[in-house]
Amino acid sequence: MRAATAPVREIALVDTPEILSSPVGRIIEEHHNDRNDLIAMLLDIQDAMGFLPRFAMEHVATSLEIPITEVYGIATFFKYFRLKPPGEHQCTVCTGTACHVRGAARVLREFERHLGIRSGEVTDDREYGLETVNCVGACALGPIVLLDGDYQGQVTASKVPTLLRRLKRSAEKKPVAARSEAAA
Amino acid sequence: MLIGRSDPERPCITICTGTGCVAGGAGDVVEAFRKVLADHGLSRRVEIRLTGCHGFCEMGPLVTLQPSETFYPKVRPKDAKRIIEQTVLNKEPIEELLYRDPSTHEPIEHEGDIPFYSHQHRIVLAENGRIDPTNLNDFLDIGGYLALQNVLATMSPADVIDDVSRSGLRGRGGAGFPAGPKWKIASEQPAACKYVVCNGDEGDPGAYMDRSVLEGNPHRVLEGMCIGAYAIGAQQGFIYVRHEYPLAVGRISRAVQDARRAGMLGERILGTDFSFDLKVVRGAGAFVCGEETALIASIEGRKGEPRQRPPYPAVSGYMGSPTVINNVETWANIPHIINNGPDWYASIGSEHSKGTKIFSLVGKVNCTGLVEVPMGTSIRSIVYDIGGGIPDQKALKAVQTGGPAGGCLPADQIDLPIDFEALREAGTIMGSGGLIVMDESTCMVDVARYFTGFLEEESCGKCYPCRKGTQRMRELLEDICEGRGTMEHLSLLDELGATVNTTSMCGLGQNAATPVLSTIRYFRDEYIAHIRDHCCPAGVCTELIRFEIMADLCDGCGACAKVCPAEAIFGEKNELHTIDPNLCIKCGTCKDVCTKDAVLVLSGGGHEH
Repeated sequence: MRAATAPVREIALVDTPEILSSPVGRIIEEHHNDRNDLIAMLLDIQDAMGFLPRFAMEHVATSLEIPITEVYGIATFFKYFRLKPPGEHQCTVCTGTACHVRGAARVLREFERHLGIRSGEVTDDREYGLETVNCVGACALGPIVLLDGDYQGQVTASKVPTLLRRLKRSAEKKPVAARSEAAA
Repeated sequence: MLIGRSDPERPCITICTGTGCVAGGAGDVVEAFRKVLADHGLSRRVEIRLTGCHGFCEMGPLVTLQPSETFYPKVRPKDAKRIIEQTVLNKEPIEELLYRDPSTHEPIEHEGDIPFYSHQHRIVLAENGRIDPTNLNDFLDIGGYLALQNVLATMSPADVIDDVSRSGLRGRGGAGFPAGPKWKIASEQPAACKYVVCNGDEGDPGAYMDRSVLEGNPHRVLEGMCIGAYAIGAQQGFIYVRHEYPLAVGRISRAVQDARRAGMLGERILGTDFSFDLKVVRGAGAFVCGEETALIASIEGRKGEPRQRPPYPAVSGYMGSPTVINNVETWANIPHIINNGPDWYASIGSEHSKGTKIFSLVGKVNCTGLVEVPMGTSIRSIVYDIGGGIPDQKALKAVQTGGPAGGCLPADQIDLPIDFEALREAGTIMGSGGLIVMDESTCMVDVARYFTGFLEEESCGKCYPCRKGTQRMRELLEDICEGRGTMEHLSLLDELGATVNTTSMCGLGQNAATPVLSTIRYFRDEYIAHIRDHCCPAGVCTELIRFEIMADLCDGCGACAKVCPAEAIFGEKNELHTIDPNLCIKCGTCKDVCTKDAVLVLSGGGHEH
């Protein structure tokens, strides 16, 4: 339900340098400040910034004249949203069913052990982030790991150290043809 | 053959750029072909067409040459030169690059002769490999939007609903509600505003047929939605696609734009009085949003929480107006029903489930991919005739259908014909068409724990049986997997599962215990082995297994000791190595690297793997 009667928490919209230099205002405008587009706005903000910073959520709430809890509710309900910045390099282990029956759980355990973090966390130096995804739909290649968005197929636990080394070496990945098309 | 091209003899190289092939390196293959053509000065004479998913993902990247229909699987960039010089220019197939029949090892040149394709009956998927999904003209060339023209010119809304009802088409999203009657309910509502929605929130891990249709043939879905909108009197529609499917979002958005420009969407479609427009809405990753009322909430920009039904969305949906929600595959079937007639459609399939269904055949099967077969086809035919059986000479153990909230069927039930009723009777569901093959090295208790954990995570938390029930079931299953289970755990699971399934509010909760109940029903012995003997017969549950090196197989190469992250393996060069069970973290790396297969997984009294 729309919380039309709930009191709106007053947040002064101060044009801090942080807000001015961020794409948040532009994105809200692109969606015509429409409450129905809240999820789309947050998706665009995260795509532009890598995560949803608190000031961005406050900015959206104030702009749409809705309580910040409503924005936060959306940001925590849907899996895609991140409230913390991702790692410089993001390792995404697919734990879909097809990958699971081919041993994805062991692969994930190895990533956790090597990086010393749990899924959903980022290393202290912010170099690596680790997360899981429910299915990337490339089940023929399972178990699948995405390293900075690049698909690695048929990953086994023993391949994890090599993959991490390679990730470190090639910071600059060339974009996958299909991804650039989707982005365009 | 090439369809509707001005010159069907003009050579064309079709390259699959579905997600599976792109992940397998199709992008580089495309570049290689482009470069070779340019080097030979052939760029104008030979067309390169990037198509959507052909379905045979196991063999990607896939390249098919027209007009000869020569099919090359697993193409690498370095093959481009030979393929162009030999097959395109000299019209000779290259034998060693052709697909080989896994049983006879004979090379097969044409796509249609490959068992994976020849045993299918493709209606919705048939066009995926033929057209460039970003090119509206390609779609028009294969008769695209003819059904819409026909409907607008010659049929009344009631005629359309009548045709869809008579075809027997049932919703492909999971529950199998008949499409025609659903449309009829919405059409009879007096409301001024009505809506149609395409449910492309394909959240089932391991199922990707909807994405493939959206990516490979987006206009077919739009055409189906336009026809549906005309039938119920809707002016506005939504296509809900997961944001995690960037390619699908891009392709469908482009198709909407192109269709609008060509007059198939917007004001006064094709010069008639009918106006209808579509908006693409991106989902942000919530399995529960596949439930129709949750999906509507999400389109309205709210949390994807389901609500009590009735009223059903056909009566009160988006913004309280009548809304027809159908799944991608359902919409894509509509133009075919209009073009070929309801009787044609009703002649395919089983008594109560008509037409074809796309399954996403994945897991421990030789030919992973998308499979479209008539309803009523047996699981055996799908797994063996089309899927080519189980790899590594292992035995089939179970087939899981219906996504995470579906159930597992044991190997002795594989002659079951797949349709809505037969699956329901056997204790599982059709769902959106995930079909996960499991072999003897899959632990059914672990699978139940996996699905229950998934559902616990994805439960929206609104109703108690689902929120708490999935959590408690996952804890009980974890106890069993980790050796703390008792026989009481089993009876608790039975009781709790029945309660969750009967008292939850929405489809997610009402099937949340199905994975547990179906595995207990068919694989009770395996549960008991975990509980009584602390044995995981499949060798999966970490707490119940141990790794050992076999003295007669180990040649002392030392590869395992070198990679062991726990430094738990000891032994001199060329001597037998041993694993210290107290240090071993059971990561399995030693087993991965051993070339002699000397590392065995043991459980309980000594099951070997």
